Amino acid sequence: MKLITAIIKPFKLDDLRQTVAHIGVQGMTVTEVFGLGRQLGHVERYRGASHRVDLNPRTRVEVAVEDTIVDEVIEAITNVARTGRSGDGKVFVARLAAAVRIRTGETGAEAV
Amino acid sequence: MIRSGIRGETVLRGALALIPMLAPALGHAQDAAPVLDTGNTAWMLTSTVLVLFMTLPGLALFYAGMVRSKNVLSVLMQCFAVTALITVLWMIYGYSMAFDTTGMVDGEVNFHSFVGGMGKAFLSGIGLDSLTGTIPESVFATFQLTFAIITPALIVGAFAERMRFSAMLLFLGLWFTFIYTAMTHMVWSGDGGLMWDWGVLDFAGGTVVHINAGVAGLVAALVLGKRKGYPTTPMPPHNLALTVIGASMLWVGWFGFNAGSAVSAGGSAGMAMLVTQIATAAAALAWMFSEWVSHGKPSVLGIASGAVAGLVAITPASGTVGPAGALAIGFAAGVLCFLAATRLKRKFGYDDSLDVFGVHAIGGIVGAVLTGVFAFPSLGGVWDPGETTMGTQVWIQVKGVLFTVVFTGVGSFVLLKLVDMLVGLRVSSEDETLGLDLALHDERGYNL
Repeated sequence: MKLITAIIKPFKLDDLRQTVAHIGVQGMTVTEVFGLGRQLGHVERYRGASHRVDLNPRTRVEVAVEDTIVDEVIEAITNVARTGRSGDGKVFVARLAAAVRIRTGETGAEAV
Repeated sequence: MIRSGIRGETVLRGALALIPMLAPALGHAQDAAPVLDTGNTAWMLTSTVLVLFMTLPGLALFYAGMVRSKNVLSVLMQCFAVTALITVLWMIYGYSMAFDTTGMVDGEVNFHSFVGGMGKAFLSGIGLDSLTGTIPESVFATFQLTFAIITPALIVGAFAERMRFSAMLLFLGLWFTFIYTAMTHMVWSGDGGLMWDWGVLDFAGGTVVHINAGVAGLVAALVLGKRKGYPTTPMPPHNLALTVIGASMLWVGWFGFNAGSAVSAGGSAGMAMLVTQIATAAAALAWMFSEWVSHGKPSVLGIASGAVAGLVAITPASGTVGPAGALAIGFAAGVLCFLAATRLKRKFGYDDSLDVFGVHAIGGIVGAVLTGVFAFPSLGGVWDPGETTMGTQVWIQVKGVLFTVVFTGVGSFVLLKLVDMLVGLRVSSEDETLGLDLALHDERGYNL
Protein backbone atom coordinates (compact mmCIF):
# COMPACT_ATOMS: atom_id res chain seq x y z
CA MET A 1 0.00 0.00 0.00
CA LYS A 2 1.08 3.54 -0.56
CA LEU A 3 0.20 6.85 1.10
CA ILE A 4 -0.15 9.48 -1.62
CA THR A 5 0.12 13.08 -0.42
CA ALA A 6 -0.90 15.80 -2.87
CA ILE A 7 -0.41 19.52 -2.18
CA ILE A 8 -2.74 21.34 -4.56
CA LYS A 9 -4.36 24.70 -5.10
CA PRO A 10 -7.52 24.85 -2.96
CA PHE A 11 -9.97 25.41 -5.81
CA LYS A 12 -8.87 22.12 -7.41
CA LEU A 13 -10.15 20.00 -4.54
CA ASP A 14 -13.62 19.24 -5.90
CA ASP A 15 -12.28 18.22 -9.31
CA LEU A 16 -9.67 16.03 -7.68
CA ARG A 17 -12.25 14.33 -5.49
CA GLN A 18 -14.46 13.46 -8.45
CA THR A 19 -11.56 12.28 -10.59
CA VAL A 20 -10.11 9.86 -8.06
CA ALA A 21 -13.59 8.60 -7.16
CA HIS A 22 -13.83 7.25 -10.74
CA ILE A 23 -10.73 5.20 -10.13
CA GLY A 24 -12.21 3.76 -6.94
CA VAL A 25 -10.66 6.03 -4.32
CA GLN A 26 -13.52 6.99 -2.01
CA GLY A 27 -11.76 8.14 1.12
CA MET A 28 -9.27 10.89 1.74
CA THR A 29 -8.01 13.26 4.42
CA VAL A 30 -7.99 16.95 3.58
CA THR A 31 -6.09 19.65 5.44
CA GLU A 32 -5.68 23.37 4.85
CA VAL A 33 -1.99 24.20 4.74
CA PHE A 34 0.38 26.93 3.63
CA GLY A 35 3.05 26.43 1.07
CA LEU A 36 5.92 28.29 -0.39
CA GLY A 37 8.02 27.37 -3.35
CA ARG A 38 8.96 28.93 -6.60
CA GLN A 39 5.74 30.86 -6.95
CA LEU A 40 5.55 34.48 -5.91
CA GLY A 41 3.53 35.54 -2.92
CA HIS A 42 1.66 38.81 -2.71
CA VAL A 43 1.95 42.19 -1.03
CA GLU A 44 -0.37 43.42 1.70
CA ARG A 45 -0.57 47.02 2.82
CA TYR A 46 -2.15 48.47 5.97
CA ARG A 47 -1.95 52.21 6.60
CA GLY A 48 1.16 52.57 4.54
CA ALA A 49 3.06 49.65 6.04
CA SER A 50 3.46 46.98 3.39
CA HIS A 51 4.92 43.50 3.63
CA ARG A 52 5.33 40.48 1.39
CA VAL A 53 3.37 37.36 2.14
CA ASP A 54 5.22 34.37 0.64
CA LEU A 55 3.17 31.62 2.24
CA ASN A 56 0.19 30.77 0.06
CA PRO A 57 -2.91 28.82 1.04
CA ARG A 58 -2.88 25.26 -0.28
CA THR A 59 -4.85 22.06 0.29
CA ARG A 60 -3.20 18.80 1.32
CA VAL A 61 -4.97 15.63 0.25
CA GLU A 62 -3.87 12.25 1.60
CA VAL A 63 -5.13 9.00 0.16
CA ALA A 64 -4.10 5.43 1.02
CA VAL A 65 -4.19 3.21 -2.06
CA GLU A 66 -3.29 -0.31 -3.14
CA ASP A 67 -0.11 -0.66 -5.15
CA THR A 68 -2.04 -1.74 -8.23
CA ILE A 69 -3.62 1.68 -8.81
CA VAL A 70 -0.85 3.96 -7.54
CA ASP A 71 0.37 5.11 -10.93
CA GLU A 72 -3.16 5.67 -12.15
CA VAL A 73 -4.00 7.79 -9.15
CA ILE A 74 -0.84 9.86 -9.42
CA GLU A 75 -1.52 10.57 -13.07
CA ALA A 76 -5.15 11.47 -12.38
CA ILE A 77 -4.22 13.85 -9.57
CA THR A 78 -1.47 15.48 -11.58
CA ASN A 79 -3.68 16.04 -14.61
CA VAL A 80 -6.64 17.44 -12.73
CA ALA A 81 -4.61 19.70 -10.47
CA ARG A 82 -2.42 21.23 -13.16
CA THR A 83 -3.10 24.80 -14.29
CA GLY A 84 0.20 25.35 -16.03
CA ARG A 85 1.06 28.31 -13.78
CA SER A 86 3.57 28.23 -10.94
CA GLY A 87 2.27 27.03 -7.58
CA ASP A 88 0.40 23.98 -8.91
CA GLY A 89 1.89 21.85 -6.14
CA LYS A 90 3.47 18.46 -5.57
CA VAL A 91 2.58 14.78 -5.20
CA PHE A 92 4.54 12.59 -2.78
CA VAL A 93 4.32 8.83 -2.39
CA ALA A 94 5.34 7.00 0.76
CA ARG A 95 5.25 3.32 1.58
CA LEU A 96 2.38 2.55 3.93
CA ALA A 97 3.31 -0.14 6.46
CA ALA A 98 -0.18 -0.85 7.74
CA ALA A 99 -3.76 0.37 7.60
CA VAL A 100 -6.78 -0.37 9.84
CA ARG A 101 -10.47 0.45 9.42
CA ILE A 102 -11.47 1.47 12.91
CA ARG A 103 -15.14 0.50 12.76
CA THR A 104 -14.62 -3.06 11.62
CA GLY A 105 -11.04 -3.80 12.50
CA GLU A 106 -10.22 -4.78 8.89
CA THR A 107 -6.57 -4.47 7.99
CA GLY A 108 -4.45 -4.21 4.88
CA ALA A 109 -6.05 -3.93 1.47
CA GLU A 110 -9.61 -4.18 2.84
CA ALA A 111 -8.94 -1.14 4.98
CA VAL A 112 -8.01 1.29 2.19
CA MET B 1 -20.43 70.69 24.40
CA ILE B 2 -21.08 74.07 25.95
CA ARG B 3 -23.00 74.21 29.14
CA SER B 4 -25.99 76.43 28.84
CA GLY B 5 -26.59 79.09 31.40
CA ILE B 6 -28.00 82.56 31.36
CA ARG B 7 -26.24 85.14 33.40
CA GLY B 8 -27.21 88.73 33.95
CA GLU B 9 -25.02 89.82 31.08
CA THR B 10 -25.44 87.36 28.28
CA VAL B 11 -22.15 86.16 26.92
CA LEU B 12 -22.75 84.93 23.42
CA ARG B 13 -20.13 82.41 22.64
CA GLY B 14 -20.20 79.68 20.09
CA ALA B 15 -23.22 77.50 20.33
CA LEU B 16 -24.44 79.28 23.41
CA ALA B 17 -25.80 81.87 21.00
CA LEU B 18 -27.70 79.23 19.16
CA ILE B 19 -29.26 77.28 21.97
CA PRO B 20 -32.98 77.84 21.58
CA MET B 21 -33.43 79.32 25.00
CA LEU B 22 -36.75 80.71 26.05
CA ALA B 23 -37.04 83.61 23.65
CA PRO B 24 -38.17 86.26 26.12
CA ALA B 25 -35.16 85.57 28.35
CA LEU B 26 -32.60 86.58 25.73
CA GLY B 27 -31.43 90.12 26.06
CA HIS B 28 -33.24 90.69 29.33
CA ALA B 29 -31.23 92.10 32.19
CA GLN B 30 -32.55 89.75 34.89
CA ASP B 31 -32.09 85.96 35.12
CA ALA B 32 -34.99 83.90 33.83
CA ALA B 33 -34.89 80.44 35.38
CA PRO B 34 -34.77 77.76 32.68
CA VAL B 35 -37.62 75.32 32.53
CA LEU B 36 -37.41 71.66 31.54
CA ASP B 37 -37.87 71.21 27.79
CA THR B 38 -39.01 67.72 26.92
CA GLY B 39 -37.81 67.95 23.32
CA ASN B 40 -34.31 68.87 24.38
CA THR B 41 -34.37 66.24 27.08
CA ALA B 42 -35.51 63.50 24.70
CA TRP B 43 -32.71 64.31 22.30
CA MET B 44 -30.11 64.42 25.06
CA LEU B 45 -31.25 61.08 26.44
CA THR B 46 -30.77 59.68 22.94
CA SER B 47 -27.43 61.38 22.41
CA THR B 48 -26.11 59.89 25.61
CA VAL B 49 -26.95 56.42 24.40
CA LEU B 50 -25.34 57.11 21.01
CA VAL B 51 -22.08 58.30 22.55
CA LEU B 52 -21.86 55.33 24.91
CA PHE B 53 -22.45 53.15 21.85
CA MET B 54 -19.41 54.81 20.26
CA THR B 55 -17.23 53.24 22.94
CA LEU B 56 -19.14 50.01 23.48
CA PRO B 57 -18.79 48.49 21.02
CA GLY B 58 -17.85 51.04 18.32
CA LEU B 59 -14.35 51.95 19.37
CA ALA B 60 -13.81 48.53 20.94
CA LEU B 61 -14.44 46.78 17.62
CA PHE B 62 -12.59 49.40 15.60
CA TYR B 63 -9.47 48.73 17.63
CA ALA B 64 -10.03 45.00 18.17
CA GLY B 65 -10.00 44.25 14.47
CA MET B 66 -6.72 46.06 13.99
CA VAL B 67 -4.65 44.10 16.50
CA ARG B 68 -3.36 40.58 16.08
CA SER B 69 -5.77 37.80 17.03
CA LYS B 70 -3.79 36.89 20.14
CA ASN B 71 -4.58 40.35 21.55
CA VAL B 72 -8.19 40.80 20.49
CA LEU B 73 -9.66 40.25 23.95
CA SER B 74 -7.17 42.54 25.63
CA VAL B 75 -8.42 45.51 23.63
CA LEU B 76 -12.07 44.70 24.29
CA MET B 77 -11.25 44.21 27.95
CA GLN B 78 -9.53 47.59 28.15
CA CYS B 79 -12.51 49.40 26.61
CA PHE B 80 -14.98 47.65 28.86
CA ALA B 81 -12.90 48.16 31.98
CA VAL B 82 -12.31 51.84 31.23
CA THR B 83 -16.04 52.34 30.78
CA ALA B 84 -16.76 50.86 34.18
CA LEU B 85 -13.86 52.54 35.96
CA ILE B 86 -14.50 56.04 34.65
CA THR B 87 -18.20 55.75 35.43
CA VAL B 88 -17.50 55.12 39.08
CA LEU B 89 -14.80 57.79 39.34
CA TRP B 90 -17.06 60.29 37.56
CA MET B 91 -19.76 59.66 40.09
CA ILE B 92 -17.42 60.01 43.04
CA TYR B 93 -15.49 63.12 42.03
CA GLY B 94 -15.07 63.48 38.28
CA TYR B 95 -18.30 65.32 37.49
CA SER B 96 -17.60 67.73 40.29
CA MET B 97 -14.02 68.41 39.21
CA ALA B 98 -15.21 69.01 35.68
CA PHE B 99 -18.36 71.03 36.13
CA ASP B 100 -18.58 72.44 39.63
CA THR B 101 -18.49 76.22 39.25
CA THR B 102 -17.76 77.26 42.84
CA GLY B 103 -15.26 80.07 42.94
CA MET B 104 -15.27 80.73 39.24
CA VAL B 105 -15.22 84.40 38.26
CA ASP B 106 -15.70 85.59 34.72
CA GLY B 107 -12.44 86.92 33.36
CA GLU B 108 -10.39 86.04 36.42
CA VAL B 109 -7.77 83.31 36.52
CA ASN B 110 -7.74 81.46 39.80
CA PHE B 111 -7.45 77.87 40.96
CA HIS B 112 -11.01 77.20 39.81
CA SER B 113 -10.18 78.32 36.31
CA PHE B 114 -8.39 75.00 36.02
CA VAL B 115 -10.52 72.58 37.98
CA GLY B 116 -13.84 72.50 39.81
CA GLY B 117 -14.44 72.04 43.49
CA MET B 118 -15.99 69.11 45.31
CA GLY B 119 -19.42 70.68 45.57
CA LYS B 120 -20.94 67.97 43.40
CA ALA B 121 -18.93 65.02 44.67
CA PHE B 122 -20.94 61.79 44.75
CA LEU B 123 -23.36 63.71 42.50
CA SER B 124 -24.85 65.16 45.65
CA GLY B 125 -27.76 67.46 45.12
CA ILE B 126 -28.82 65.90 41.85
CA GLY B 127 -32.42 64.85 42.14
CA LEU B 128 -35.39 64.36 39.86
CA ASP B 129 -35.93 68.08 39.45
CA SER B 130 -32.33 69.27 39.13
CA LEU B 131 -31.76 71.03 35.86
CA THR B 132 -28.81 71.95 33.72
CA GLY B 133 -30.27 74.52 31.41
CA THR B 134 -33.44 72.97 30.02
CA ILE B 135 -32.53 69.33 30.60
CA PRO B 136 -32.30 67.30 33.79
CA GLU B 137 -28.88 67.46 35.39
CA SER B 138 -28.94 63.66 35.57
CA VAL B 139 -29.03 63.55 31.80
CA PHE B 140 -26.33 66.20 31.43
CA ALA B 141 -24.08 64.37 33.87
CA THR B 142 -24.54 61.06 32.08
CA PHE B 143 -24.02 62.65 28.68
CA GLN B 144 -20.78 64.20 29.82
CA LEU B 145 -19.79 60.90 31.39
CA THR B 146 -19.88 59.21 28.00
CA PHE B 147 -17.30 61.76 26.80
CA ALA B 148 -15.19 61.09 29.88
CA ILE B 149 -15.31 57.40 29.04
CA ILE B 150 -14.35 57.54 25.39
CA THR B 151 -11.42 59.91 25.84
CA PRO B 152 -9.19 57.58 27.89
CA ALA B 153 -10.51 54.64 25.87
CA LEU B 154 -9.05 56.26 22.76
CA ILE B 155 -5.59 56.19 24.29
CA VAL B 156 -5.50 52.38 24.54
CA GLY B 157 -4.90 52.26 20.81
CA ALA B 158 -1.47 53.79 21.24
CA PHE B 159 -0.12 51.20 23.66
CA ALA B 160 -2.05 48.21 22.37
CA GLU B 161 -0.48 44.77 22.53
CA ARG B 162 2.13 45.57 25.19
CA MET B 163 0.66 47.30 28.25
CA ARG B 164 0.00 45.59 31.53
CA PHE B 165 -3.67 45.60 32.52
CA SER B 166 -3.06 46.84 36.07
CA ALA B 167 -0.85 49.62 34.74
CA MET B 168 -3.48 50.60 32.21
CA LEU B 169 -6.20 50.85 34.87
CA LEU B 170 -3.98 52.88 37.16
CA PHE B 171 -2.68 55.18 34.43
CA LEU B 172 -6.06 55.88 32.85
CA GLY B 173 -7.68 56.36 36.26
CA LEU B 174 -5.03 58.93 37.18
CA TRP B 175 -5.12 60.48 33.72
CA PHE B 176 -8.87 60.92 33.94
CA THR B 177 -8.50 62.48 37.39
CA PHE B 178 -5.72 64.95 36.67
CA ILE B 179 -5.86 65.62 32.93
CA TYR B 180 -9.34 64.97 31.58
CA THR B 181 -11.41 66.64 34.31
CA ALA B 182 -9.19 69.72 34.19
CA MET B 183 -9.39 69.98 30.40
CA THR B 184 -13.17 69.65 30.53
CA HIS B 185 -13.34 72.30 33.19
CA MET B 186 -11.07 74.75 31.43
CA VAL B 187 -12.91 74.53 28.12
CA TRP B 188 -16.53 73.87 29.03
CA SER B 189 -17.46 74.79 32.58
CA GLY B 190 -18.37 78.36 31.77
CA ASP B 191 -17.29 81.85 32.69
CA GLY B 192 -14.10 81.78 34.70
CA GLY B 193 -12.83 78.68 32.94
CA LEU B 194 -9.37 79.31 31.53
CA MET B 195 -9.94 78.47 27.89
CA TRP B 196 -13.62 79.41 28.01
CA ASP B 197 -12.55 82.93 28.95
CA TRP B 198 -9.92 82.96 26.20
CA GLY B 199 -12.77 82.38 23.78
CA VAL B 200 -11.63 79.00 22.46
CA LEU B 201 -14.34 77.50 20.25
CA ASP B 202 -14.57 73.79 20.96
CA PHE B 203 -18.10 72.60 20.46
CA ALA B 204 -17.85 68.87 21.14
CA GLY B 205 -14.28 68.16 22.17
CA GLY B 206 -11.54 68.79 19.65
CA THR B 207 -9.20 69.83 22.42
CA VAL B 208 -10.82 68.12 25.41
CA VAL B 209 -11.16 64.73 23.76
CA HIS B 210 -9.13 64.32 20.61
CA ILE B 211 -5.97 66.39 20.90
CA ASN B 212 -5.93 65.42 24.57
CA ALA B 213 -6.10 61.68 23.91
CA GLY B 214 -3.98 61.85 20.79
CA VAL B 215 -1.03 63.54 22.41
CA ALA B 216 -1.32 61.35 25.50
CA GLY B 217 -1.25 58.38 23.15
CA LEU B 218 1.93 59.56 21.48
CA VAL B 219 3.61 60.08 24.84
CA ALA B 220 2.50 56.62 25.95
CA ALA B 221 3.79 55.02 22.75
CA LEU B 222 7.15 56.70 23.27
CA VAL B 223 7.41 55.87 26.97
CA LEU B 224 6.38 52.24 26.55
CA GLY B 225 8.53 51.74 23.51
CA LYS B 226 7.94 49.78 20.34
CA ARG B 227 6.34 46.40 20.19
CA LYS B 228 8.71 43.48 19.85
CA GLY B 229 9.58 43.09 16.20
CA TYR B 230 8.25 46.49 15.14
CA PRO B 231 8.60 47.65 12.41
CA THR B 232 10.21 44.74 10.57
CA THR B 233 7.80 41.97 11.60
CA PRO B 234 4.50 42.14 9.76
CA MET B 235 1.63 42.77 12.19
CA PRO B 236 -1.41 43.00 9.94
CA PRO B 237 -4.88 43.56 11.39
CA HIS B 238 -6.42 40.20 12.19
CA ASN B 239 -10.01 41.09 11.30
CA LEU B 240 -10.69 44.24 9.31
CA ALA B 241 -14.34 43.29 9.10
CA LEU B 242 -14.59 44.09 12.84
CA THR B 243 -12.74 47.34 12.26
CA VAL B 244 -15.17 48.48 9.58
CA ILE B 245 -18.13 47.50 11.75
CA GLY B 246 -16.61 49.54 14.57
CA ALA B 247 -15.92 52.53 12.33
CA SER B 248 -19.51 52.43 11.11
CA MET B 249 -20.76 52.50 14.68
CA LEU B 250 -18.48 55.44 15.39
CA TRP B 251 -19.88 57.35 12.41
CA VAL B 252 -23.48 56.82 13.47
CA GLY B 253 -22.83 57.35 17.17
CA TRP B 254 -20.93 60.57 16.50
CA PHE B 255 -24.20 62.32 15.73
CA GLY B 256 -24.85 62.02 19.43
CA PHE B 257 -21.36 63.34 20.14
CA ASN B 258 -21.61 66.46 17.95
CA ALA B 259 -25.32 67.17 17.59
CA GLY B 260 -25.80 66.25 21.24
CA SER B 261 -23.30 68.91 22.19
CA ALA B 262 -25.94 71.47 21.28
CA VAL B 263 -27.72 70.34 24.46
CA SER B 264 -30.89 71.12 22.61
CA ALA B 265 -33.08 69.79 19.83
CA GLY B 266 -33.15 72.54 17.26
CA GLY B 267 -31.22 74.38 14.61
CA SER B 268 -27.85 74.05 16.28
CA ALA B 269 -28.17 70.30 16.63
CA GLY B 270 -29.44 70.07 13.08
CA MET B 271 -26.53 72.01 11.65
CA ALA B 272 -24.09 70.03 13.77
CA MET B 273 -25.50 66.83 12.34
CA LEU B 274 -25.31 68.12 8.78
CA VAL B 275 -21.73 69.35 8.99
CA THR B 276 -20.68 66.14 10.73
CA GLN B 277 -21.96 64.05 7.85
CA ILE B 278 -20.37 66.28 5.21
CA ALA B 279 -16.95 66.45 6.84
CA THR B 280 -16.82 62.71 7.46
CA ALA B 281 -17.69 61.86 3.89
CA ALA B 282 -15.17 64.37 2.54
CA ALA B 283 -12.43 62.99 4.75
CA ALA B 284 -13.22 59.38 3.86
CA LEU B 285 -12.94 60.19 0.18
CA ALA B 286 -9.83 62.31 0.71
CA TRP B 287 -7.98 59.52 2.50
CA MET B 288 -9.19 56.96 0.00
CA PHE B 289 -8.04 59.02 -3.00
CA SER B 290 -4.76 59.96 -1.32
CA GLU B 291 -4.01 56.31 -0.83
CA TRP B 292 -5.16 55.40 -4.32
CA VAL B 293 -2.81 57.96 -5.81
CA SER B 294 0.19 57.20 -3.63
CA HIS B 295 -0.07 53.42 -3.33
CA GLY B 296 -2.06 52.45 -6.39
CA LYS B 297 -5.10 50.96 -4.66
CA PRO B 298 -7.79 52.28 -2.30
CA SER B 299 -8.16 50.26 0.89
CA VAL B 300 -10.99 49.60 3.30
CA LEU B 301 -8.81 50.38 6.30
CA GLY B 302 -8.02 53.65 4.58
CA ILE B 303 -11.56 54.73 3.90
CA ALA B 304 -12.63 53.77 7.42
CA SER B 305 -9.69 55.66 8.92
CA GLY B 306 -10.45 58.64 6.74
CA ALA B 307 -14.01 58.72 7.98
CA VAL B 308 -12.83 58.68 11.59
CA ALA B 309 -10.34 61.46 10.83
CA GLY B 310 -13.17 63.58 9.46
CA LEU B 311 -15.32 62.90 12.48
CA VAL B 312 -12.48 63.98 14.72
CA ALA B 313 -11.76 67.16 12.81
CA ILE B 314 -15.36 68.35 12.63
CA THR B 315 -15.84 67.78 16.37
CA PRO B 316 -14.62 71.18 17.59
CA ALA B 317 -16.18 72.90 14.57
CA SER B 318 -19.59 71.28 14.60
CA GLY B 319 -21.35 74.12 16.37
CA THR B 320 -19.98 77.02 14.40
CA VAL B 321 -19.16 76.07 10.83
CA GLY B 322 -21.48 75.63 7.89
CA PRO B 323 -21.57 73.02 5.15
CA ALA B 324 -18.86 74.66 3.07
CA GLY B 325 -16.52 74.79 6.03
CA ALA B 326 -17.31 71.15 6.77
CA LEU B 327 -16.29 70.16 3.27
CA ALA B 328 -12.99 71.98 3.60
CA ILE B 329 -12.26 70.68 7.09
CA GLY B 330 -13.11 67.12 6.10
CA PHE B 331 -10.92 67.21 3.05
CA ALA B 332 -7.99 68.72 4.95
CA ALA B 333 -8.28 66.16 7.73
CA GLY B 334 -8.47 63.27 5.32
CA VAL B 335 -5.29 64.22 3.54
CA LEU B 336 -3.28 65.36 6.57
CA CYS B 337 -4.24 62.42 8.77
CA PHE B 338 -3.40 60.06 5.92
CA LEU B 339 0.06 61.58 5.75
CA ALA B 340 0.46 61.52 9.52
CA ALA B 341 -0.56 57.88 9.88
CA THR B 342 1.38 56.56 6.92
CA ARG B 343 4.40 58.81 6.42
CA LEU B 344 5.05 60.70 9.65
CA LYS B 345 4.88 57.62 11.83
CA ARG B 346 7.32 55.64 9.76
CA LYS B 347 9.61 58.59 9.34
CA PHE B 348 9.98 59.14 13.08
CA GLY B 349 9.75 55.49 13.94
CA TYR B 350 7.39 55.64 16.93
CA ASP B 351 5.03 52.71 17.46
CA ASP B 352 1.65 54.34 17.94
CA SER B 353 0.01 50.98 17.27
CA LEU B 354 -3.40 52.16 16.12
CA ASP B 355 -2.53 55.72 15.06
CA VAL B 356 -4.16 57.52 17.94
CA PHE B 357 -1.83 60.48 17.40
CA GLY B 358 -2.05 60.46 13.63
CA VAL B 359 -5.84 60.47 13.59
CA HIS B 360 -6.99 62.07 16.83
CA ALA B 361 -4.25 64.56 17.59
CA ILE B 362 -3.60 65.67 14.02
CA GLY B 363 -7.29 65.58 13.12
CA GLY B 364 -8.17 67.46 16.27
CA ILE B 365 -5.53 70.13 15.62
CA VAL B 366 -6.65 70.57 12.01
CA GLY B 367 -10.26 70.90 13.10
CA ALA B 368 -9.55 73.16 16.06
CA VAL B 369 -7.52 75.64 14.03
CA LEU B 370 -9.83 75.63 11.03
CA THR B 371 -12.77 76.26 13.35
CA GLY B 372 -11.29 79.71 13.80
CA VAL B 373 -11.51 80.21 10.05
CA PHE B 374 -14.78 78.62 9.01
CA ALA B 375 -16.88 79.76 11.97
CA PHE B 376 -17.11 83.15 10.33
CA PRO B 377 -20.27 83.92 8.36
CA SER B 378 -18.18 85.18 5.46
CA LEU B 379 -17.07 81.57 4.95
CA GLY B 380 -20.44 80.04 5.59
CA GLY B 381 -20.17 79.78 9.36
CA VAL B 382 -23.09 80.15 11.73
CA TRP B 383 -21.22 81.86 14.54
CA ASP B 384 -21.58 85.46 15.61
CA PRO B 385 -18.04 86.77 16.04
CA GLY B 386 -19.02 90.15 17.41
CA GLU B 387 -15.91 92.32 17.15
CA THR B 388 -13.46 89.42 16.84
CA THR B 389 -11.47 89.17 13.63
CA MET B 390 -10.56 85.91 11.97
CA GLY B 391 -6.90 86.42 12.72
CA THR B 392 -7.67 86.92 16.38
CA GLN B 393 -9.90 83.87 16.58
CA VAL B 394 -7.42 81.64 14.79
CA TRP B 395 -4.78 82.74 17.27
CA ILE B 396 -7.16 81.95 20.14
CA GLN B 397 -7.69 78.49 18.68
CA VAL B 398 -3.95 77.99 18.29
CA LYS B 399 -3.44 79.06 21.90
CA GLY B 400 -5.97 76.46 22.97
CA VAL B 401 -4.23 73.79 20.94
CA LEU B 402 -0.79 74.68 22.29
CA PHE B 403 -1.98 74.73 25.87
CA THR B 404 -3.65 71.35 25.43
CA VAL B 405 -0.59 69.81 23.84
CA VAL B 406 1.73 70.98 26.60
CA PHE B 407 -0.68 70.27 29.44
CA THR B 408 -1.47 66.75 28.36
CA GLY B 409 2.00 66.00 27.03
CA VAL B 410 3.74 66.84 30.26
CA GLY B 411 0.97 65.51 32.48
CA SER B 412 0.73 62.19 30.69
CA PHE B 413 4.50 61.75 30.83
CA VAL B 414 4.60 62.34 34.57
CA LEU B 415 1.72 59.95 35.23
CA LEU B 416 3.23 57.25 33.04
CA LYS B 417 6.53 57.45 34.84
CA LEU B 418 4.72 57.30 38.18
CA VAL B 419 2.76 54.22 37.18
CA ASP B 420 5.92 52.62 35.83
CA MET B 421 7.54 53.08 39.22
CA LEU B 422 4.51 51.72 41.06
CA VAL B 423 3.58 48.64 39.02
CA GLY B 424 5.58 48.61 35.79
CA LEU B 425 4.03 49.59 32.48
CA ARG B 426 5.00 46.92 30.03
CA VAL B 427 4.40 43.17 29.90
CA SER B 428 7.35 40.82 29.79
CA SER B 429 8.82 39.83 26.46
CA GLU B 430 7.47 36.28 26.78
CA ASP B 431 3.98 37.54 27.57
CA GLU B 432 4.10 39.89 24.61
CA THR B 433 4.98 37.00 22.30
CA LEU B 434 2.35 34.69 23.82
CA GLY B 435 -0.28 37.37 23.46
CA LEU B 436 -2.06 39.42 26.09
CA ASP B 437 -5.29 37.41 25.93
CA LEU B 438 -3.62 34.30 27.30
CA ALA B 439 -0.89 36.03 29.28
CA LEU B 440 -3.06 38.54 31.14
CA HIS B 441 -6.51 37.02 31.02
CA ASP B 442 -6.08 33.22 30.56
CA GLU B 443 -8.52 33.45 27.69
CA ARG B 444 -8.50 32.80 23.98
CA GLY B 445 -10.51 35.04 21.71
CA TYR B 446 -11.27 32.39 19.14
CA ASN B 447 -11.76 28.75 20.02
CA LEU B 448 -12.46 27.61 16.49
